[in-house]
Amino acid sequence: MSATTATKKSGPSAGPPKGKPRKPRRAGWWLPYALLAPAIIFEVVIHVIPMATGIWMSFLKLTKMFISNWGNAPVIGLKNYAVALDFNSAVGAGLLKSFLITVAFTILVVGISWGFGMAAAVALQKSFFGRGFFRTLFLIPYALPMYAGVIAWKFMLQKDTGALNHLLYDNLGLPGDKPFWLIGDNAFWAVVIVAIWRLWPFAFLMLMAGLQSIPNDVYEASAVDGAKPLRQWSAITLPMLRPVNMVLLLVMFLWTFNDFNTPFVLFGGSQPPAGDLISFHIYNASFLTWNFGSGAAMSVLLLLFLLLVSGVYLLVMNRRSKRA
Amino acid sequence: MKIRTFAAAAAIAALAITATGCSGGTSNSGSSDGGGKTLTYWASNQGTSLDNDKEVLTPQLKKFEEQTGIKVNLEVIGWNDLQTRIQTAVTSGQAPDVLNIGNTWAASLQSTGAFMPFDSAAFDAIGGKDKFVKTAMDTGGVPGQDPTSVPLYGLAYGLYYNKAMFKDAGLTPPTNWADMVADAKKLTTGGKYGFALAAGSYTENAHFAFINAAQNGADLFSADGKPTFTSDGVVDGISRYLDLMQADKVVNVGNAQYDNGTKAVNDFAAGKVAMILNQNNADSSIVANGMKNDEYGVVAFPAPAGAKDVASHVAGINLSIFKNTKNKDGALKFVKFMTSPETQTALGKPFASLPVLAGAKAVFTDNVEEAKTFSDIYANKSKPLPLVPSEDQFESTVGKAMNQMFATIASGGTVSKADIKTALTTAQQQVEAAG
Repeated sequence: MSATTATKKSGPSAGPPKGKPRKPRRAGWWLPYALLAPAIIFEVVIHVIPMATGIWMSFLKLTKMFISNWGNAPVIGLKNYAVALDFNSAVGAGLLKSFLITVAFTILVVGISWGFGMAAAVALQKSFFGRGFFRTLFLIPYALPMYAGVIAWKFMLQKDTGALNHLLYDNLGLPGDKPFWLIGDNAFWAVVIVAIWRLWPFAFLMLMAGLQSIPNDVYEASAVDGAKPLRQWSAITLPMLRPVNMVLLLVMFLWTFNDFNTPFVLFGGSQPPAGDLISFHIYNASFLTWNFGSGAAMSVLLLLFLLLVSGVYLLVMNRRSKRA
Repeated sequence: MKIRTFAAAAAIAALAITATGCSGGTSNSGSSDGGGKTLTYWASNQGTSLDNDKEVLTPQLKKFEEQTGIKVNLEVIGWNDLQTRIQTAVTSGQAPDVLNIGNTWAASLQSTGAFMPFDSAAFDAIGGKDKFVKTAMDTGGVPGQDPTSVPLYGLAYGLYYNKAMFKDAGLTPPTNWADMVADAKKLTTGGKYGFALAAGSYTENAHFAFINAAQNGADLFSADGKPTFTSDGVVDGISRYLDLMQADKVVNVGNAQYDNGTKAVNDFAAGKVAMILNQNNADSSIVANGMKNDEYGVVAFPAPAGAKDVASHVAGINLSIFKNTKNKDGALKFVKFMTSPETQTALGKPFASLPVLAGAKAVFTDNVEEAKTFSDIYANKSKPLPLVPSEDQFESTVGKAMNQMFATIASGGTVSKADIKTALTTAQQQVEAAG
């Protein structure tokens, strides 16, 4: 209401405007907006609204009493966060433990996948007979539908009938009893191995693409100066792949930290404590006890942590690249 | 610069995936058409497979259509998915008109307020409350409120034993816990085991936590609905059940990975184990796996000498109507039809269920003795799981904790009573935090 009265007062009768005279709109001024609109609308619908809903949910007591009518769920402020961060209670302690397991899982998976990817990319850099075959072979885990791949691992990791135990104990004759891989402490290693198997072809693909952009004469020149392959790798390949690595490591970190599908398919409904990765932990916290407010609060905490890590990482890396 | 923009975009995209990951979940196809001529019905898996369920139910649904002109769209949902699907339906409002629930969830689902309460008018429409067996009807919801579900199929646990294996070893079916363990030890020889347990199934584990605790006279919830998981009776009960694998060694450690009852049933039907603990609907699966009905016997799950004679919880499947159904009259007609004596008789045999109608006879087996045993367990030796809103959380938290205990034992560790108490304390705190 106040806006309309204001325009009336400052209407044409109030004299010429004090600022610059307004340009008449050009024909077709709306076109850029119209072209941007679909992208913005979808961005809002697909990303912004669910995120905002998730954050809003984290302040509610959204248990099963209220799930059929969200509007009635009482606002409880930061209580969900207090419970999640009270590390002396069962819920908080469980979240902390799951977080630490996920950190270890992420470091191992990203580090080893990157190492494998780099080794394979460098090995296949020079052209030789059969290079195309190996490139395709190495990319198979990435091309396989995720469920099919992980379920195959699930079969291989069975205790009595699995291929892995058969190979280790029946064929190679390791002493002792066949161990469980999907329950107990070995579950951690099982999920690490499967995650590496899934992730390393991506690192391989990215690094292989990056290697194509390094001119061959640099290597030739260094060879003339007497550089051996290891020196070439550390002095030429690594620095020139820096931009690729920067993005690659960040993306792999975020994917791995959030990995839900691998543990979910591998362990089914009940994950062993040793393989209690954080996305799965949050899913259980929400769906097992129908406490969606608490689950949302944990998700927001995870989001904040990942934002912090990504922000610091980009800040540090960009500052360094400016200095260089 | 380009790299930086790309990196930032990648980071944002990856983060957005995290933030929205939670809202994914199971997609839901159930919907109720506006008109009064169709109903959507979610059935649980009772037969030997989802397809088998469909085959058994379709003729009945046809009959219903002939009688009332209402077409029923059937979807059969496996047990691993049913709870999540119901959850999604409750949350989104995109729900079937009529559905099956595990009767132990009745009070929990009632508290969501998404189901239609059966008031006296609704009961009149389906033929009256008194047509049901009282034990079964008591599982319909929280006592003192209008129930939100009515019984459909009755189930109870029994101890299935292989007659030939018992005879060869010169044994008779056990009547108390010590006998059962002694028999199982004798039968654990030559690669065969006395017992198979679904030790990786949280629902099965939770049921036996309850049954063993009930034998000790311990309750899982106080009168006002607060969890009391850590009492000595509960700890001792769980310890006794775990000892079948840990101390008595009559269960193959590989059973820790049996995440549903079917795997134990398969072992039993294949003659690899002498005993299993299963509900009466195992009958159809055992026979489907090639074991004849006269090759196995059933007795009540025995309690220790001097303990309470509880052999099962009051198990079974209930029918509920979603509150927001657009065809309430049709839904009530359908519930009446499904709980009518004719339909109950027609479904009792293929689904191997116990009758939930007062005065009805068990038709699930031609074996008179077995029918008598199960009817006796259901009527006299079953105790209902606590009818409190947090019951489902008991199943998930305690059941999953027991999965881990079996996993520890199976991978060579030991689980002491102190360990059990610690795990139950954690479970109790989780339930309290959600309550």
